Amino acid sequence: MTAQMRPAMAVCPGCVAAPTEAVEDAPTEARLALSLPTIHCQACISKVERGLNAHPGIHSARVNLTLKRALIEADPQVRADDLIPVLADLGFEAHELDLATLAATQSDRAGRDLLMRLAVAGFASMNVMLLSISVWSGASDATRDMFHWISAAIAFPAVIFAGKPFFTNAWSALRVGRLNMDVPIVLALVLALVTSLWETSLSGEHAYFDAALTLTFFLLAGRYLDYRTRAVARSAAEELAALEVPRATRMEGNEEVEVAVAELAYGDLILVRPGGRMPVDGVIATGESELDRSLLTGETLPVFAAPGTQVSAGEVNLTGPLVVRAEAVGEDTSLHRMADLVAIAESGRSRYTSLADSAAKLYAPGVHILSALAFVGWYLYTFDLRMALNIAAAVLIITCPCALGLAVPAVTTAASGRLFKKGMLIKHSTALERLAGVDTVVFDKTGTLTAGTPQLENLSDFTRAELEIALALAEGSAHPLSRAVTAAARAADIAPAEVTELKERPGFGTEGQYMGRTVRLGRAAWLGADQGSQTAAWLDTGEGAAPRGFLFHDALRPGAAEAVAQLHAAGKEVLLISGDTIAAVEDLAQRLGIQKWLAEALPQDKAERIQSLSEQGRKVLMVGDGLNDTAALTAAHVSISPASALDAARVASDIVLLGQDLEPIAEACVVASKATKRIRENFRIATLYNVIAVPLAIAGFATPLIAALAMSSSSITVSLNALRLK
Amino acid sequence: MSVLAYLIPISLLLGGGALAAFVYTVRSNQYDDPEGDSRRILSEEWDDHPKP
Repeated sequence: MTAQMRPAMAVCPGCVAAPTEAVEDAPTEARLALSLPTIHCQACISKVERGLNAHPGIHSARVNLTLKRALIEADPQVRADDLIPVLADLGFEAHELDLATLAATQSDRAGRDLLMRLAVAGFASMNVMLLSISVWSGASDATRDMFHWISAAIAFPAVIFAGKPFFTNAWSALRVGRLNMDVPIVLALVLALVTSLWETSLSGEHAYFDAALTLTFFLLAGRYLDYRTRAVARSAAEELAALEVPRATRMEGNEEVEVAVAELAYGDLILVRPGGRMPVDGVIATGESELDRSLLTGETLPVFAAPGTQVSAGEVNLTGPLVVRAEAVGEDTSLHRMADLVAIAESGRSRYTSLADSAAKLYAPGVHILSALAFVGWYLYTFDLRMALNIAAAVLIITCPCALGLAVPAVTTAASGRLFKKGMLIKHSTALERLAGVDTVVFDKTGTLTAGTPQLENLSDFTRAELEIALALAEGSAHPLSRAVTAAARAADIAPAEVTELKERPGFGTEGQYMGRTVRLGRAAWLGADQGSQTAAWLDTGEGAAPRGFLFHDALRPGAAEAVAQLHAAGKEVLLISGDTIAAVEDLAQRLGIQKWLAEALPQDKAERIQSLSEQGRKVLMVGDGLNDTAALTAAHVSISPASALDAARVASDIVLLGQDLEPIAEACVVASKATKRIRENFRIATLYNVIAVPLAIAGFATPLIAALAMSSSSITVSLNALRLK
Repeated sequence: MSVLAYLIPISLLLGGGALAAFVYTVRSNQYDDPEGDSRRILSEEWDDHPKP
C-alpha cells in the first residue's frame, strides 16, 4: 500500500501547485461560482448582482443568464456557504459549483476556432460568389481572367485556413491507411483549386473557386452544429459534476480543517457529518451511525456502522458524526477501482459504427473510383490532359458529401434540442442512433425506478397513542426512516406525545422518557426484535410488550410506472436487475408489472447479464444510477442515468435525465427512431442529387454554375428536412 | 469598365471590415451570455461593471 502511495504523493504537489499559480497569474479570474437554477429575467439579474455586491468582501459579481450562473470575485475569506443564505433571502435557490471542474467549459477554444473558420469561409465564399455570378452572366476575356485571379487570391488563403480541420482529419486517417469522409473532401478541394488555377493561367472558361469555398462553408457549418450540440451537452454534464464540490473535513489535532479531497492522504482522520458522503475508503475510527450503501450495492437497508467497520467512498452517513481513517484515497478507492470493470465493458461498445461512418465507408471509395474512371476514360478518348482533369474535378466536387456532412448533424441538433427541453441530456454523439434500435430495456431498482426515499406502509396497524409516541421520537432525528414516519404521522393529523429527555443514539435510534417509561424507536438489534427482509424501524413503548415494526417501501420515482407501461406498449421487453433483496425486488416488479427480474445481483452479474443479452442479438438500453451499475451501463448498447446518480455512473452513460421524472425515456425512444429515419431520408435525398448530377459531370456537361446549384440546393433541402423534426 | 478598379477593392474592403468586426466580437467574449445581454438592456439600472 505504501509503495503505491509514494508516486501519488510525488505527483500530487505538482498537480496542486500548477492550478494555484495559474489563478494567481490571472487575478481577474472569478474565485467562486454559484449555480442559480431559478433565475429567468432582467429583474433577477439586477437583484442577484445588487445583493451579492452589497455583501462585504465581494469585489464584483456577474450573472450569466444563459448558463444560469453567477461568477464572483471576492476576498479569500468569503465562502460560498456564506453567500447561499444571502441569495436564499432574496428568493433564489443557489448551489456551489466547483470551479476546477468548470474550467474546461470556460476556455472553449475549439468552438471559437471553428466559428472563426466558418466566418472566414462565409466571407470568402460570398465575395467569390459575387465575382463568379458576373462571370456566369457573361463577363469575358480580360475581365473574366481578372475575376478569376481575384477569386484565386481570395480562395487559396481562405481554403487553407478554413479547411484545416479537414486536412488534419484526412491526414490522420490516411496515415493509418484508412479512408474517412474527409479524404474525398480534401481531394475535391485540392483538385478543384489546382485545376482552377491551371485553367485561369490558361485563360480558361471554367473555374471552381466558388465551389471549393461553398463546399468548405457548408461542411464547416455541419461540423459547427455537431460541435455545438456536444458542447451544450458537455457543459451541462460538467455542471452536474461541478455541483459536487470535492471537499472533506480533516481532523488536525482537535481542529477541523476543510480541504480538497485531492489533498487527503493515507492515514488522515476525516470527519463525515450526517448526510455527508464518504470521500475515501477507510475504517471508522470513532463514532456510531448507519450507512446508506444503496448507490454502491443497490441495498436499501441501512447498515450499522461502528469503530472498525470498513467504509467505501460514495457511501452516505445517515445519523451520527463519524471519524474515518483513510486507507485508500483518490485513484485507489473502490470508486476508481470500478473503472477496471468499466474498461472491460467498454471494449464491446466501440464496435458500433455510426450511420455517418458506415455511409462514408461505402461512399469514399466509390467517389474516388468514379472520378478516376472519368479521368481515365476522357483521357483515353481525347488525349487532352487538361479536359480530363477538369472533368475529374467536376465529378469530385459534385459528389462531394456536402449534404452528407449536414445530414447527420442537422438532425441530431434538432433532436437533441427537443429532448433537452424535455430534460434529457444527450452526451454521446451516436447515442440517438443507438437508442433508436433498442428492443430490451433493463432497469436498476434503487435510485432509478425508486426515488430512494422510504415511505411508511403500515400506519394503520398502530394505535393513535403509539403513533403519538413514535412521532415525538421520530421528530428528534434526521434519519430518512424517522422523516418518513414524521411525514406519514403528520399527514394523518397525529400530534406528538410529550416525550422528555429525547436523545438520538447515532447508529441505533432515538430514545426518551414518556410517563415514566423509556420509549425507543430504532434498529431491530437495538430493541431485540427480529429484522425481516423489509426495511423497518421498531417502536418500543416501554410497556413490556414486544417491539413492533414500522415497515417501509421505497417510493416510486415520478413517471416510473408510466415509462414502464409506455415501453411495454411500444413492444419492448422490460427487465429489472437489482442488487437488493429478493422480496424488495419482487414487490417492485409486481407493482410495475415487470415480468422478468433478477435480485441480489453483483456488479459483474449485471454486466454479464447484459452481455449475454447482447450476444443473443438484443439491443439493450440500461437505466441505472449506482456504482454497481457502471459496468452494466457501459456494457449496454446505450445507457441512461438520472442526474441524482453518482458521478461515475453519469460518466459511463450516454444520456443523463436531468429531472426527477422517468417518463421522457419512452418518448426519447420515439424521438430517436424518428431522428434516425430522418437521417436515412437525408442520405437518400443527398444520393438522389448525386444520381442526377453525376452523369452530367461524367458526360462533361457540368459547369461551375450547375455544381453550385446542385450543392446549395441539396444542402438546403437536407437542412429543411432535419428541421421538420421540431 | 474602369469603375471596376474602384468597386472591387471597395467591396473587398467592406467584406473584410465585416469579417474583422466579427472576429473582434468573438475574441471579446460577446457571445458568452446572449440571453443575459438581451435582457440586461431592459434593465433600468446603469450597468457600471460591463464584462470586460
